[in-house]
Amino acid sequence: MNRLKCFNKLSSNEMIVVYIIVVLSLLIGFVNPAFFALSTIFGTFRSMLIMTIFALCEMIIIISGGIDVSFPAIASFSLYFTVSLMNQYKIDSVLVAFFLSGFFGLAWGLLNALLIGTFRIPALIATLGTSSLANGAVLVYSNGREISNIPTSVDAISQKYLFSVTNTNGGKSSLTILILFPIFLCILIHWILKYTILGRKIYAVGGDYNAARIAGINVKRTQYIIYTAAGFLVGIAGICNTILLRNAHPSNLMGAEMMVIAAVVIGGTRITGGHGSVIGTVLGVLLITLVSNNLIMLGIPNYWQAFAVGLIIVIGTSITSLKAKKIALSPKI
Amino acid sequence: MEEVFLKLNNIHKTFDGVHALKGVNLTVNKGEIHCLAGENGCGKSTLIKTISGVHRADEGEITIDGNLMQKYNPIDAIRLGIQVIYQDFAVFPNLTVAENIAMNKALQIGKKRMDWNESRKLALKAMEQIGAKLDPDVLVERISVAHKQMVAICRAILNDAKLLILDEPTTALTAKEVKMLFEVIGTLKSKGIAIVIVTHKIDEIYSIADRLTILRNGANVATGDIKEFDRPSFIQYMTGREIVDTHYRPSELGKEILKIEHLNRKGAFHDVSFSLNEGDVLGITGLLGSGRSEIADALFGIMPADSGKIYLHDKEISINNIGDAIKHKFAYVPEDRLTQGSFLDRSIADNVIAASISAYLKGGRLHYSEMTESAENWIRDIRIVTPSSKPMVRSLSGGNQQKVVIAKWLNTHPALLILNGPTVGVDIGAKADIHKILHQLAATGVGIIIISDDLSELIQNCNKIIVMRSGAVDSMIQSAQTDETRLAALLGGTAKQEVIS
Repeated sequence: MNRLKCFNKLSSNEMIVVYIIVVLSLLIGFVNPAFFALSTIFGTFRSMLIMTIFALCEMIIIISGGIDVSFPAIASFSLYFTVSLMNQYKIDSVLVAFFLSGFFGLAWGLLNALLIGTFRIPALIATLGTSSLANGAVLVYSNGREISNIPTSVDAISQKYLFSVTNTNGGKSSLTILILFPIFLCILIHWILKYTILGRKIYAVGGDYNAARIAGINVKRTQYIIYTAAGFLVGIAGICNTILLRNAHPSNLMGAEMMVIAAVVIGGTRITGGHGSVIGTVLGVLLITLVSNNLIMLGIPNYWQAFAVGLIIVIGTSITSLKAKKIALSPKI
Repeated sequence: MEEVFLKLNNIHKTFDGVHALKGVNLTVNKGEIHCLAGENGCGKSTLIKTISGVHRADEGEITIDGNLMQKYNPIDAIRLGIQVIYQDFAVFPNLTVAENIAMNKALQIGKKRMDWNESRKLALKAMEQIGAKLDPDVLVERISVAHKQMVAICRAILNDAKLLILDEPTTALTAKEVKMLFEVIGTLKSKGIAIVIVTHKIDEIYSIADRLTILRNGANVATGDIKEFDRPSFIQYMTGREIVDTHYRPSELGKEILKIEHLNRKGAFHDVSFSLNEGDVLGITGLLGSGRSEIADALFGIMPADSGKIYLHDKEISINNIGDAIKHKFAYVPEDRLTQGSFLDRSIADNVIAASISAYLKGGRLHYSEMTESAENWIRDIRIVTPSSKPMVRSLSGGNQQKVVIAKWLNTHPALLILNGPTVGVDIGAKADIHKILHQLAATGVGIIIISDDLSELIQNCNKIIVMRSGAVDSMIQSAQTDETRLAALLGGTAKQEVIS
């Protein structure tokens, strides 16, 4: 019995992703020993930052049986309008920046919740709609121009570091302080999902919509909570993106939604809802980031990046799906 | 003096002009097992939903524990200890056993924090009460249907159930599991919980019920102690007509239709031989995994045989895929009509012509009027209860859905009709209709094979029965020379095998 449990643990989705990450890292490190350096870790963390926030929100929504493809558009809208309005009214406050961006995101999330929870529009269609709305609005407003003068105090955060180290070659690599936000979010979301009734309701709704209703769960309210909360967090992710890149671009986040969904699904979240964990999602984001950042180090041309990510998605999701099928067909106890 | 828990008086309910309940009375005492019987569509479900507060009665009184209910809703029902276990149990496959059992209670008292240890303790306590032994940490998607039901019952107990309503609880259970369930129900009864079981299975009613209420067309037709009913009167109350248990025993058989010689499929069955003549209705039974369904799958090309010979009308044929089977006019009514046999969201007409659509394609276009005509003919001939051929199959009762699936294959004018569990979940009246159709078909020279584990059904409707065991033909018997006890013994392997030719 214990051996079986041990085997189950070692063959869990999370562990499979860990194996792939280890093999990939060794491979990259073998070809390019420079890979094993603190600077790589800092760089990887920085690349993972925005995607992790997106992926955590996406995971919650997928667990609840929904899907959301509007994150990049919402984040772009929020960051651009925030920076633009702050410049226009000469507001220079970190608090306002985060609050405003989060507020824009929350408003879009509320619209998603209205469409999905109240009008009962399928989540994919609803969020495709809001994605296009948000993206269209910001493109019209911006004329496609990016803003490079960020309010000073906001911009200053880009120079705040948690750690800094000097490399052997004299260069300096640092870990941005913003990384604390996704780390805090991971802990918070893990706790909510596992140790609050709200979290268990999210799993229940994704496991069986009707059973959840019969059990007396207010499914609509649960959907409102998660879609608006996701909107809020995505809005914050937007301003984080602005700080990291030191400009406000109306559309450079667009297209990230598929990568986000891929990372979530590779991390063991079932696309059909009801299953998923924070640790798996973080591992999924790590794997996708490693692949997109380091293929070049293996001497693989950049064009292959999309192909490689596609391969990981196909293989990763096949393993998850085959395992789910095996569970469905296995003798019941 | 028995204490009354629930009393319904003259309940009326109308939906869009359909009078679903026409003055129903029901009295359930504490600590009694009350069966609510009736055919599909008689108003049982509506009545349950009225008791659980989902539907508001248009007229009539509901009294619970001596209190007359005003403005009664589902929350009130749960608070008063009324728990319904639906056919799909409404459990969460992705959560653990403990969580499934404990969650409703936590939701009800408005807890905010999830306490895993407490959930586990509560679940173990509830399971102990009914003698269920399940690992509380296992996910519900990994447990059997019978165990899911136990989870649902434990959940109800934890919610302080005083009245437990079970909607068709035995549909998906094996005989052994039914026995287990009935033991659990007995335990609950001894704790003073009132139990209402909704069913149309007559044997089960006699084995467990204390009292009985029969509904027909939304009205009470009879109620009383189980001892006041004998089987014929029970069936007559339920169906409104007299159903005689007919036994299909053809006097003489015609030419040979089908002959199977030494059919094998690795891992499924081996060395299976039998023949089927005009007029024969052949039954195949066996325990789950004995190869009984796999033979049907092989004959219909779903999982073709590896070796062996199949003769149709004295000509050897080969069946390697479903196309081959259809070409030779084989028809197959699968075990699970909901997922394999019908297009639930299409009309009856569309379903009936689904397997024979090419017959209506003339000169490059489909003849819709002929399609409707065929459908209407079948509706009349096999008595599908529907106002026209237009309604979606989903809107029909189980028995009528099954008739539509059978009509679909009859419309192909088959040479051989294989039915797997043809009357599972079908009520007595529709069951009798389906059996009659099969007998008529057999008389016109269509070969019929029925695969079933309902032994009385096989003995009544088949003149020959094959018992399978571990993939091989264990015995082959004439129905006229056997009875249910003997057949059950053969099935269980406690009797010696016999083979007749």
